[in-house]
Amino acid sequence: MSRTAAPVDEAPQSTAFGRRRWTGYLLLLPGALWLTIFFIVPMGTLVSTSLYDPDGTLETGYQVTWAFSNYVDALQTYWPEFWRSLIYAGLATLFALLIGYPMAYAIAFKAGRWKNLLLILVIAPFFTSFLIRTLSWKLILADQGAVVDFLKAVHILGPDGRLLATSVAVVLGLTYNFLPFMVLPLYASLEKIDHRMIEAASDLYASPFQGFRRVTWPLSMPGVVAGTLLTFIPAAGDYINVELLGTPQQTMIGNRIQGLFGAGDYPFAAALSVTLMVMILAMVIVYIRRTGTEELL
Amino acid sequence: MSAALVRVGRWITEHLIMFLCIVGLIYTILPIAVVVVMSFDDTGDIVYQFNGFTFENWRHPCSPYGMCDAVVTSLQVGILATLGATILGTLMAFALVRHRFRGRSTSNVGIFLPMASPEIVLGSSLLAFFVAGGFASYLGFTTILIAHVMFCISFVVVTVRARLAGLDSSLEQAAMDLYANEWQTFWRVTFPLVFPGILAAALLAFSLSFDDFIITNLNAGQTQTFPMYVWGVARRDIPPQINVIGTAMFLISVLIVLVATLGGRRRGVRAG
Amino acid sequence: MFTAVDHLDLTVPAGSFFALLGPSGCGKTTTLRMVAGLEKPTEGEVYLGERQITSLRPFKRPVNTVFQNYALFPHLSIEENVAFGPKRQRRKQVDAEVDRMLDLVELTGYGKRRPAQLSGGQQQRVALARALINHPQVLLLDEPLGALDLKLRRQMQIELKRIQLEVGITFVHVTHDQEEAMTMADTVAVMNSGVVEQLGDPAELYENPATTFVANFLGQSNLIAGSMVDTADGMHSVDVHGTKLRVPTGRAHVDRGDVWVGVRPEKVFVESTGVDAGSNSNVLPGGVVSDVSFTGVSTQYLVRMPWGQELTVFEQNTGARETFRVDEVVDLRWRAEHTFCLDAAQDARAGVEDDLSELP
Repeated sequence: MSRTAAPVDEAPQSTAFGRRRWTGYLLLLPGALWLTIFFIVPMGTLVSTSLYDPDGTLETGYQVTWAFSNYVDALQTYWPEFWRSLIYAGLATLFALLIGYPMAYAIAFKAGRWKNLLLILVIAPFFTSFLIRTLSWKLILADQGAVVDFLKAVHILGPDGRLLATSVAVVLGLTYNFLPFMVLPLYASLEKIDHRMIEAASDLYASPFQGFRRVTWPLSMPGVVAGTLLTFIPAAGDYINVELLGTPQQTMIGNRIQGLFGAGDYPFAAALSVTLMVMILAMVIVYIRRTGTEELL
Repeated sequence: MSAALVRVGRWITEHLIMFLCIVGLIYTILPIAVVVVMSFDDTGDIVYQFNGFTFENWRHPCSPYGMCDAVVTSLQVGILATLGATILGTLMAFALVRHRFRGRSTSNVGIFLPMASPEIVLGSSLLAFFVAGGFASYLGFTTILIAHVMFCISFVVVTVRARLAGLDSSLEQAAMDLYANEWQTFWRVTFPLVFPGILAAALLAFSLSFDDFIITNLNAGQTQTFPMYVWGVARRDIPPQINVIGTAMFLISVLIVLVATLGGRRRGVRAG
Repeated sequence: MFTAVDHLDLTVPAGSFFALLGPSGCGKTTTLRMVAGLEKPTEGEVYLGERQITSLRPFKRPVNTVFQNYALFPHLSIEENVAFGPKRQRRKQVDAEVDRMLDLVELTGYGKRRPAQLSGGQQQRVALARALINHPQVLLLDEPLGALDLKLRRQMQIELKRIQLEVGITFVHVTHDQEEAMTMADTVAVMNSGVVEQLGDPAELYENPATTFVANFLGQSNLIAGSMVDTADGMHSVDVHGTKLRVPTGRAHVDRGDVWVGVRPEKVFVESTGVDAGSNSNVLPGGVVSDVSFTGVSTQYLVRMPWGQELTVFEQNTGARETFRVDEVVDLRWRAEHTFCLDAAQDARAGVEDDLSELP
């Protein structure tokens, strides 16, 4: 026998635990603390370092003078590297999208039984050191190698042409390094699309191309946004591909920052770093606003 | 010959997308194949090219000076960083999915930011932090470890959160209905079901840590991890044993993936 | 803020098969979960017999639930699923009981399999076994048959009823399917928007509905506007558009003013004009047949009355009575004792299940 008598609110997501408010904070605390101390605070330190007197050194110590002149000098001296970094990163992102989208599309829609195998192939690069893989490109694109010979044979390269030590190699390397970061979010997005919507489009007289343009592409936008961000942002700060596959003519801002830190020129290096970060943040915010996808995670 | 080409051409246009996909996959796999092949290279010259086939590199993998020490250092950092990041990140993921509190969207941004920052900026800020704190002469294993835990946490949170959010809450309600208190419900129902996500996060953290260069290079002081070692020799003689390590990494990873896939499949098809 | 359950006062008889029936959103699942301990009442108490269990956590209540999506633990085998409750209660010799339970739900030999390998119907039986093995005082079922196809559902309805009789436990079964509730339950509570509209055995609810909602939600009803005139000899007289209809006083839920006069379509006969009312019948003259549908078992007529309303009639195709055609002028006749009477203040469309009733 049971009796109930009650007016009741619709309990929002009633899990039987989670009633103690502080459990949530407690769980969050260790990780949040770590990130605050070793991410947020260092960002602040970076900014303050960038405002140091540029004549200080590790030995004599630094003084925080509000030396915004560091920024001015940095930008004046190194704007070619900034510009080049953005261009290279942009190109790499574009190529990654052009190569990665068909890959993701094929795996999501046309792979059938091979889907898991193909996905593993896509993330296989993660299985081995990326420095070593980039070194492999040195061999593949070598002057005496098969690729260069082939390109010379079909007259894409002149008889003195080379791939290594050119911006082509650098962009190629950048595209390669970050391709999985483009493919995986794209795949995740495409996989969620219901096939029947594409079928409905063709039932409603859309050609395959129109079906793609009006149904598939818009629906894959979250993946496109995530993929392009995850490719562009790290690519802009990279310096490894330049060092291994390029020459000082292709220097990117990452090279400069690393070099300046190595030389002990902390204020300048910090200024460059902060500028890069701000540039990227600004572009990301504009980009996200324009594509209207706030839900990235 | 031309008839075959015509047929290939037609296949390509009909299956254009699949063709592009295969091209992309070749682009992806080619360097790995080179790494594997080069691990058997009988290198004599300075120029980076294949000379002859030999097993010598595999028989004496640690002959290059300092390389195996660097590998060991990377492994040590990797294991400790994975432990730290997985624990901290898993706790955060539970907090974010299961509990309500103010400032949730700020936390989300805070977790997303490290993933969205270029490594050079992350590394620079940590270096500036350590130097400003007076630890300039203490750069080494500990600072590397701190950095690795830092940038791995976000990835762990995202991975575990995805798994946790997909968990059906009615399962835990059913457990409580069947006389399991909160503790028992967590250990017998929630944790086993989230575990694959935690494991995936740990593997991800380990591979991110082992392979990290830019951040590590800035904060390592005199300590050398394996990527730093590779960087050091990249401008000079490149010992082929590097590719031995690279191939070994690849094989071990493939093995882990195979075991994981087969294990999962076997559990599903246990017939009665 | 949404009130899911509002002023509910419900007593479930021990050992019975009790159904909570109502459309989605009426609060029946919330009520069930309050008994299970998965929801907390804002106000009020829950009693199990004489014992107050309102503040008890679910794992402290001698009550078990069969969930709508079964909620079988995917990482455990069927045996482990069924043994889960007893193991948490530290009972010994669980294996023999598990086997006995699997026999009860006719899943002998499936013990080592995983839930993912079972069909929907089989999973449902595992969920049942998992709950029953704990010998709860009350078994709560949250629309357990919703995901099954028709044939399987009918089978399981009989199964559940059989098991309940065999085991003797109180079953509280939540459903939106009125046929299901009426076939299985000893007592039915019809819920709507957080309140119980009527409680009783299925026959009582069907033949003598107390509100328009119940009249429309269980089967179909003809509801005709009228006003109470007088009472004599245990019968009310109601004026319906000029005709006097009689309603037994025991079947009128209001005794003055404007009313709905109700009669079920299957109780009505279509007659040629000029039929004699007799002392026991109500007759509504002057209807015109507007639609005739042959459904095999019965013929369904729609008859348009002089005041514009279309009344529904179901006549069983016994072969003994004549059939009528569209546009024929007819009278409608039924026995007075089948009439019921409801408050006109209630919405005549309440409980009608079609999409059009949702339109503003």
